[in-house]
Amino acid sequence: MARILFFGRLSELIGFDERELDLPHHVRDTQSLREWLDSEFQTDGELLLSINRIAINAQITQENADLSNADEVAFLPPVGGG
Amino acid sequence: MFHPGDELSAFEADMDGAGGVVSFSGYVRPNTKESNVIALELQAYSPLTENGIQAALDRAMKRWPLTGLRVRHRIGRILSGEAIVFVAAASKRRRAAFEAADFVMDYLKTEAVFWKKEITSDGANWIEPRREDYEDQKRWT
Repeated sequence: MARILFFGRLSELIGFDERELDLPHHVRDTQSLREWLDSEFQTDGELLLSINRIAINAQITQENADLSNADEVAFLPPVGGG
Repeated sequence: MFHPGDELSAFEADMDGAGGVVSFSGYVRPNTKESNVIALELQAYSPLTENGIQAALDRAMKRWPLTGLRVRHRIGRILSGEAIVFVAAASKRRRAAFEAADFVMDYLKTEAVFWKKEITSDGANWIEPRREDYEDQKRWT
């Protein structure tokens, strides 16, 4: 099972901030994950936008990174504190 | 409780041979153009948030001749008028301290891994960096 995290406004869009999901066999990189989740949770293309970055095991990735069904994958909308 | 004044005193107490200290304290603004701000809610993603801030501090230490550099940033619910962030830089040289503090604040505004929700009297909004914040940040590249 992969652990999928959503932060900021994406967690409100999806309706949860964390979920264990069994990734289908064809989902083994960030692009296919974006497409799968976007259709699964009907986020209307939002998860496909590169402005929403992806971190795998707490490392921000460059597209299109490989992932496994045991990874922690986080969707990160634009960041900023201060 | 988080008091920038106490942070500054502690920072100055262990200053090592600095000729000057520059500090910045950021507070939750009490209102926007449209409405009253009740609070900000800050989310972080450990350890990505901490690692990113540490890498920014390392870059600043390399770039300027600093004798000390400190960041404190709150997360969770922070009420209007409360302090949210404290940055301080110490150096033998005044300009290095000003620039390093400015650099770290630009990093925090545009790259630090935080998500910020503003709770106002009219509802809640997620706050993302403004175009000016990204322009400010580009000065250091």
